[in-house]
Amino acid sequence: MTETVEPTAPQTTRQRRAARIAEAASVPIGWILLKILLLAVVDAVAVYAVFVLFTHAEWLILAVVVAVTVLVNYIYFSRKRVPAKYLTPGIIFLVVFQVFTLLYTGYIGFTNYGTGHNGSKEQAVSSLLASAQERVEDSPTFPVTVVEQFGTYGLLVTDPDSGDALLGTADQPLQQVQAEFDGGKAVAVDGWTTLPLATVFTLSEELENLSVPFSDDPNDGSLRAPDGQSGYLYVSTLEYDADADAITDTQTGTVYADIGTGAFTADDGTELLPGWQVTVGFDNFVRAVTDSSIRGPLISVTIWTFVFAIISVASTFFLGLLLALVFNNTRMRFRNGYRIIMILPYAFPAFLSALVWAGMMNESFGFINQVIFGGADIPWLTDPTLAKVSILIVNLWLGFPYMFLVCMGALQGIPEDVNEAAVMDGANPWQIFRRIKLPLLLVTVAPLLISSFAFNFNNFNLIYMLTGGGPRFSDVSIPVGHTDILISMVYKVAFTGQTRDYGLASAFTILIFLVVATISIVSFRKTKALEELN
Amino acid sequence: MGTTDTRVRRRSAGAWFADTGWRHVVAIVVSIFALFPLLYVVSASLNPKGTLTGSNQLFSAIGIDSYVRILTDPQNPYVSWFGNTLLIASVTGAVTVFIGACAAYAFSRMRFAGRRVGLVTIVVVQMFPQLLAVVAIFLLMSTLGDWFPAIGLNTHTGLILVYLGGALGVNTYLMYGFFNTIPKELDEAARIDGAGHARIFFTIILRLVAPILAVVGLLSFIGTVNEYVIASVILIEPEQQTLVVGLTKLVANPRYADWSAFSAGAVMAAIPVMILFLFLQRYIVGGLTAGATKG
Repeated sequence: MTETVEPTAPQTTRQRRAARIAEAASVPIGWILLKILLLAVVDAVAVYAVFVLFTHAEWLILAVVVAVTVLVNYIYFSRKRVPAKYLTPGIIFLVVFQVFTLLYTGYIGFTNYGTGHNGSKEQAVSSLLASAQERVEDSPTFPVTVVEQFGTYGLLVTDPDSGDALLGTADQPLQQVQAEFDGGKAVAVDGWTTLPLATVFTLSEELENLSVPFSDDPNDGSLRAPDGQSGYLYVSTLEYDADADAITDTQTGTVYADIGTGAFTADDGTELLPGWQVTVGFDNFVRAVTDSSIRGPLISVTIWTFVFAIISVASTFFLGLLLALVFNNTRMRFRNGYRIIMILPYAFPAFLSALVWAGMMNESFGFINQVIFGGADIPWLTDPTLAKVSILIVNLWLGFPYMFLVCMGALQGIPEDVNEAAVMDGANPWQIFRRIKLPLLLVTVAPLLISSFAFNFNNFNLIYMLTGGGPRFSDVSIPVGHTDILISMVYKVAFTGQTRDYGLASAFTILIFLVVATISIVSFRKTKALEELN
Repeated sequence: MGTTDTRVRRRSAGAWFADTGWRHVVAIVVSIFALFPLLYVVSASLNPKGTLTGSNQLFSAIGIDSYVRILTDPQNPYVSWFGNTLLIASVTGAVTVFIGACAAYAFSRMRFAGRRVGLVTIVVVQMFPQLLAVVAIFLLMSTLGDWFPAIGLNTHTGLILVYLGGALGVNTYLMYGFFNTIPKELDEAARIDGAGHARIFFTIILRLVAPILAVVGLLSFIGTVNEYVIASVILIEPEQQTLVVGLTKLVANPRYADWSAFSAGAVMAAIPVMILFLFLQRYIVGGLTAGATKG
């Protein structure tokens, strides 16, 4: 590619002014109106966002939104920042959904975020106290009316001692309100719909779970009315002491203290869950390399990921190259027909291919065992070794057409006179291929091989849809299997199984990130691709 | 195979085999490998029986029952999945092309501070696929959803926004290479005639680079159709999901799955994509190798 920019002499002030006027004069009025309209939409959305963020008291995000909006307005109204006008939209998306998420992943990797640890400490305390509640014996019965507002159910309670009306929901503790009374029982309140009894009877499931806090202090317990008519006071068997920052079990007397691990822990090490989210430093990484029930699978998954990616690239490339050489003969008939047939697997959506192959390779009912092998029970996808072989076969099917197309293109790009010159010099076809065509071809194809490696390194769909990563390893604490690659392992640790461990999954992500970064930097150095950017 | 014309016949069979005959042998073997899963899925889709075992006798029974089943099953809203996929992939493809083309224009035609760093950053960042950060994306979207339900979890808009995070990346690099092959003299001539940068971009450059726009659009479309991880995490309700999430769930347990209904769904999903692909394949190959070859 030739460099078409010549260094131009710096413009004089007059020239610059002239250029600006020409630029301004060349823009039709319609474009300016369109631009103003688009910016108005952006600003309107930003104002709405600021309003919402203000009500949620998210000051940092609010500041960022304001700053970005001001910047965007400046860029598009300024006459100067021309490159920025073209780059800003892409960069905003890139920063929010690529760079930020990458950094956020890094942060999560240093926390205990996951099942049992996904909220703040306050949330953990109130949810612990709420979950351990028992009805207070001999406590008075509170007459209750079920009310509703915008889909939220509330309890309108009459205090049996004072006769006052109290209103509360699951999120809002009981507060005194002005209500209409009927026979000493509060029955209606402004702004809320009183539900008729017939409706209340259909809501038993919601009412079972509706627990209205008595006051802001979770130790005061809560009021529940499972039948929608009479409420009873429930108090937790756990008691939170804010000063000592500990929870005491009033029945057994055990004290659970905050020892900095993100959960209240007793002296003997038992934890009360849910806990809350804390930064745990390098704990996740230490666990990944020292806990043998995690380290074992991590090592074998890493090795398999490399084996899979390397063999995938090599096998598809060699089959593709072979076919390209086979078809590189103009005397061959029906070439275009064959060519179309061979592109078909590439055109078929990849996720469907993996699912179809999974059906064909099913051990008991699949086409391959039932028809081709006459009813054999070959465990294509359930034997650790055979499952890996199956994955490589399916990936060959998926990947060879791409390599075939690329090699065809590259071979046709080699000038015929190179070939003729070699023949004149007495080289045989093998020598011509080995010494001349292959090196020329590799120059073209090498970057594609690298990106193909990167693609297969993270070829989640194939693994997940063909074997699901199975067969499972036995005796490991994370839900991974023999054919899982790193990326599918991350997905499983984070999103499947009984416990979701976002912290550990993110720590794995960081490890993958380091591996991929090293590989890409080294390979780019080798191919000098970055140097060629002009 | 059409190898029996007179010119070939005159030569000995051995010579013919050494020259082109063996090529046909290789081609036929590979063609069988390439075709047979596709024939299998078409056959299974035409089979009225639902099970995996029932689909094993190729083309033994022909009927469109399974097509009717997948289109009308209230448990699996295939039509919604199809519509969702088309919508999400089209919008993502179109906006990706536009954003990428804008960036490629800036990188190709303008000289500014940070240009080289910007190009290198794009190449390096696209090395790390978004699905690696899926945990963070999920948490980000769930927080965003608390503030702005319209772009949070379980919304198509939210998913499209996440996909657009990858709009600058390999696509821009591909387009950048192509933009550089358009002679600069064209811009300069237009500039002398009084055209501003916006008019040059929209009326001259975009028309000349149309082939690469088509390629990037199609690759982005197909990539979005195939994307499972982020879609499965963000789209929660069956009505909101895409084909890849829905169909994967449909055959999660092959033993009990309605295999021919799945196959019918697969055939209907694949045919439009395959036609589009075969139609544009020459451009695609050109585009793929153009990004790689320098010159």
